[in-house]
Amino acid sequence: MTKKNIDIDSLKTQAVEIRKEILETLQLAGSGHPGGSLSAVEILISLYGYKMNHNPQSPEWSGRDYLIVSKGHISPGVYATLASFGYFPKEELKTFRKFGSRLQGHVHHKVPGVEFNTGSLGHGLSVANGIAFGAKMLNKPNKVFCLMGDGEIQEGSVWEAAMTASHHKLDNVCAIVDYNKVQENGPTNDIKNLEPLADKWRSFGWHTVEVIGHNFGALIKALDQFGTIEGKPFVIIAHTIKGKGISFMEGESKWHGKAPNSEQLAEALKELNSE
Amino acid sequence: MEMIPTRDGFGKEIVELGKLNEKIVVLSGDLEDATRAEYFRDAFPERFFNLGIAEQDVVGTAAGLTFHGFIPLACSFAVFLTNRAYDMIRLDVCYNNRNVKVVCSHAGLTVGEDGASAQCLEDFAIMRVLPNIKVICPVDVIEAKKATRAIISEDGPMYMRTSRAPLPVITKDSDPFIIGKANVIREGKDVSIIGCGMMVSEALSAAEILKKENIDARVINMHTIKPIDQEMIIKCAKETGAIVSAEEHQANGGLGSAIAEVLAKTTPVPMEMVAVNDTFGESGSPQELLKAYHLKDVDIVKAAKKAIERKK
Repeated sequence: MTKKNIDIDSLKTQAVEIRKEILETLQLAGSGHPGGSLSAVEILISLYGYKMNHNPQSPEWSGRDYLIVSKGHISPGVYATLASFGYFPKEELKTFRKFGSRLQGHVHHKVPGVEFNTGSLGHGLSVANGIAFGAKMLNKPNKVFCLMGDGEIQEGSVWEAAMTASHHKLDNVCAIVDYNKVQENGPTNDIKNLEPLADKWRSFGWHTVEVIGHNFGALIKALDQFGTIEGKPFVIIAHTIKGKGISFMEGESKWHGKAPNSEQLAEALKELNSE
Repeated sequence: MEMIPTRDGFGKEIVELGKLNEKIVVLSGDLEDATRAEYFRDAFPERFFNLGIAEQDVVGTAAGLTFHGFIPLACSFAVFLTNRAYDMIRLDVCYNNRNVKVVCSHAGLTVGEDGASAQCLEDFAIMRVLPNIKVICPVDVIEAKKATRAIISEDGPMYMRTSRAPLPVITKDSDPFIIGKANVIREGKDVSIIGCGMMVSEALSAAEILKKENIDARVINMHTIKPIDQEMIIKCAKETGAIVSAEEHQANGGLGSAIAEVLAKTTPVPMEMVAVNDTFGESGSPQELLKAYHLKDVDIVKAAKKAIERKK
């Protein structure tokens, strides 16, 4: 895909549509993870709609950039985004988590556009580094993105990978932390404080940018910087709101891994439609 | 008999293969001196990555390298990769079915003086329960070279255990090596001793002792623990009527268990297991430990007699 003049209003419209798809998908499935899916919508749209080279008609295209979704539980967000960008029919979202469906509970590569199966946290950044090493060895321009949760980076393996990326100057890696401040059993920084988070990444040798992760302009500006900094991996700390867009879900850990029932869905859709 | 560690065979062979295939890359958790991955490091520094003492990262990065068609070998001690990085082997390698080869030295009691923390006695068990991966333990340095070639030429996840201890060279260059196909090392009709790795030479020694007592023991080199050679196990059960497994591993879940699973389902015959019996090792010389933990030829002899006795 070639870069186009980006129409932020159309991205915002797409975000509303994707949020609706996420909630409808979850309600039909009866289980799944709304909180972290809703917090990552603008991040995912900025990647697929702006930054990444990719081709929905040819998901395995050799010129593509790679996204490793390390927080594999946000499958509703990822699948709804991929469907929105034409990787597969939106109708298929209705099969999410059902027996026989491609749409596994945690992201799976049998879904067109998904590169790697995840679901156990703290795996993605090492894998992203491996892809980046490969691209460097072959002098290929492909970029590698890795989307992580904030609770996820309590996993020590993330920091093993963080050291590797900076030591080996993997400037073709862009990590994005969806810093929605809430994990399964409460506020992330009450459970195990990540702060000072930007300083942590900087001290690990990463070029570190902080943005409001629901602001397309800010995300795009940050993504534009990635690729211009030589010799350092790049991390975007995206400050977001868990459950973003649905007032009764926002900031609530109980919506980390629970599907809305039909009444809750109706209320949520009403709220989204009024935007 | 010439004694050479199987890790040496692995180390030398990856250099030969590296000359032929530039897609082969090697990752190490800072133990390449011990695993012999250092031979590859010195030959192909641009295709070698010491990722530091970070086994989880080693395995995950290896999985990522497969995306551009590389064939990564992740190397460390058995205990560190199979135990510490188990979740990465399970998810990144096996569940994603990536073409990663996990090659580990320093398993078993023959690690010796370093003691129990380094003596991995559970790698066969925890690797063979994972879907998609194959589990291999070569018997000597010659077979280690062939096994190295085989795991690289065949697509898909592989686990291979090599030895730190020098092992007797009991095979020849001309002997076949096919993943999943066991080799008969010695013919016999009274009992079959099915071993892997260093225990095959103990089995051969046991067969000599048994011969003096007019017991004719067959010895099988079951170099592939998964997929286990069912055909060979059934043949041995039918033709000799008694089985002894021999492995430098826990009795729970390893080669013996894999053999017992086949026997129970197909041809139940008396079977005894020579293995470590649900305990950790300790420091000592390899020979002291093998004796103390009952992994010697005399232990196989006892087990063979017991299995034969149970035929009656």
